[in-house]
Amino acid sequence: MRRFPVNLVLGAALAGSVTLVALLSFIWTPYDHAAIAVTNKFASPSFAHWLGTDQLGRDVVSQLMVAARNSMIVAFVSVVLGGGIGIVLGVYASARGGWVENLIMRVSDLSLAFPALLFAIMLAAVFGPSLQNTVIAIAFINIPIFARISRGAANQVWTREFMLAGQAAGMGRMTLTFDHVMPNIAAAIIVQATIEFAVALLAEAALSYLGLGAQPPAPSWGRMLSDAQTLLYLAPQLAIYPGLCIVISVLGFGLLGDSIRDLSDPRLRRER
Amino acid sequence: MFQKQLSTLALAAALGLGLVQPVAADALLRIGLQQEPTTLDPTSDATASIAGMLGQNVYESLTTVDESGAVLPQLAESWDVSEDGLTYTFHLAEGVTFHDGTAFDAQDVKFTFDRAMGEDSVNPAKRYFNVIEKVEVVDPQTVKMVLKQPDAFFLFNVAQGSASILAPESAEDAKTAPVGTGPFRFEGWTRGDRLKLAKNDDHRDAGEVALDRVEFRFVADPASAAAALMAGEIDAYPGFGAPEMLPQFEADPRFKVSVGSTEGEVILAMNNSKAPFTDQRVREAVNHALDRDEIIEGAMYGRAVPIGSFYPPHGAGYVDLTDRWPHDTAKAKALFEEAGIAGDTLTIRVPPFAYATRSAEIIQTELADAGIDAKVEAVEWGFWLDEVYKKQNYDMTIIAHTSPNDLGNFAKGPEYFYGYDNADYDTLWNAITVESDEAKRNALEREAQHFLADSAVMGFLFQLPKLSIVRADVTGLWGSSPVTFQPLSGVRIGSDM
Repeated sequence: MRRFPVNLVLGAALAGSVTLVALLSFIWTPYDHAAIAVTNKFASPSFAHWLGTDQLGRDVVSQLMVAARNSMIVAFVSVVLGGGIGIVLGVYASARGGWVENLIMRVSDLSLAFPALLFAIMLAAVFGPSLQNTVIAIAFINIPIFARISRGAANQVWTREFMLAGQAAGMGRMTLTFDHVMPNIAAAIIVQATIEFAVALLAEAALSYLGLGAQPPAPSWGRMLSDAQTLLYLAPQLAIYPGLCIVISVLGFGLLGDSIRDLSDPRLRRER
Repeated sequence: MFQKQLSTLALAAALGLGLVQPVAADALLRIGLQQEPTTLDPTSDATASIAGMLGQNVYESLTTVDESGAVLPQLAESWDVSEDGLTYTFHLAEGVTFHDGTAFDAQDVKFTFDRAMGEDSVNPAKRYFNVIEKVEVVDPQTVKMVLKQPDAFFLFNVAQGSASILAPESAEDAKTAPVGTGPFRFEGWTRGDRLKLAKNDDHRDAGEVALDRVEFRFVADPASAAAALMAGEIDAYPGFGAPEMLPQFEADPRFKVSVGSTEGEVILAMNNSKAPFTDQRVREAVNHALDRDEIIEGAMYGRAVPIGSFYPPHGAGYVDLTDRWPHDTAKAKALFEEAGIAGDTLTIRVPPFAYATRSAEIIQTELADAGIDAKVEAVEWGFWLDEVYKKQNYDMTIIAHTSPNDLGNFAKGPEYFYGYDNADYDTLWNAITVESDEAKRNALEREAQHFLADSAVMGFLFQLPKLSIVRADVTGLWGSSPVTFQPLSGVRIGSDM
């Protein structure tokens, strides 16, 4: 008997709605997110401004929507970029074995030993704060994670009999990697990518909270949160909205990733 | 039994308190500051917080200035001015020593002024000293200064941090280990954290100094500063950057809140020596694009007075020129187009001060409305000093000029970071400095304000208010800042002292 997958449904619903809102922001937001109207600052929620306005009279909903888009883009690009490089390194290490594998894995172990967020902060501080550098910083911390996962999964594939058969038939290690290793590790990577997506969202929020991420006028949840800090007394809702957005999106993608992993893991599946 | 034990404990505690009282009475004042300097020598760097911490505290000058802006004696106990206003004879205080034990006399004054006047002087206020012809030592207690021309601001200028008296024995190390004659000794500086002063018991007025120790804590972020005040880690924050938090402190009986004036004109500086700002139409367009009401409401929550030129609204010679280039986005747009830079990207490099970063965000959208893509670059103070102030490597920046009487900034020549060079203005400024009649001087200052506004040299934004949050039992801190320094010798904690 299979239990109803609450986590999967909840995760998919939350992540899906954040994604939808982010996509919608490309074609429509209630207002221009950067339009200032100081005379109308700290407006209460109304039909005109669903969640009111911020300290410069900007529409909060529009800002949250565009910020969702920015966060998603940063998370997506950095996971694809960091994941891509990491996977190539991982499967290459696995295919070559020997000192090459050792070198790649030791280097990635070394970079994993570094606190990821601290490392991203360092990169952003050195190369200057911008959306682009945020992407690079988060991509960078994703490389060793994916290298490790894909090498581990690839090593398992290499022990299978069909791989032995392929080698016996004279197929090269690179051909085997593309034809057989990649399709067999895809599931593990997709799961990892979903989880890392949630981590990347959080990292982006943390970096922009520290002023190292997206620069004004590009809105971001992290910066909205830090801007709201001095306003806790005057307008606490301005801290609550972006905070909730971060919680919803990170929770959504986190739950989604976890439950896909549980589903795809045969041992866990049997238990159900 | 329990009660008895308790009272014994209380007695013991009381006794203990009584015993340690003389030591615990060590009065420590912790002042939060927004701006951390990169060096500590007020005679070689323009950073206002150097004089803010050390001026008239660690260092002393020949004269000093009180909160109303009036000149008072300091190291010079008195002075005589010749009929023609060209010769000043200063009579120095006796028995004064520097913190390293060396004696203070007329030679130190001559050394300090010669150093500031010299060819290779890096003094940020060199113009104060350019007017001096020569400095003569009459006797160890008397110094005579001869000026090239009369200078109405002379006694006021020699009070400033940039005219701090240094000793030849220690001047070389002033950047990291300042040695002066003031009521406080320099104790240490932990970069990025705090600077410590301790009472100088050998000072001639040591008996009147209530504080034993002073710590300046560098907390630029208003939210952190507010948290530190609330947690009791800071006793006073005289230049608070977040006006929106004042109601919170006003409602809290532990604190006193005051809104005073400073000499700080906040300007959107445009690099006059660099295209496109060499074109007056562009500077006019920027001025038309600016909406001061919006900037003041958005960045300062209404707690600032708009300015239309480079002169504080509370000054005697002020003239309101805020309508010289009224806010008119359409006109700004047309002028940008006429100058052929519509749609171009310009950079605003902003130092890490709340008034600057907040104004920048609003100005950015105002310029965008007028068709200019302004990029805001938040930079560190050291970077700003280096790239913007020293190398003139910027398009626009936002900065408060907190020095008094600084209309002369525009007469500093093209090597000053404004990149402004105008012989007519130089002549006008010179006329102001030699004019000893106050009414006539005020008229000339009005003329200078018109001159600067007419040529749209900068975007003049607002006068920086002095927002102070001070623990309720601390008295003697200035509510307004007529100068960049803040004497601490009269500051007290608690009412019993």
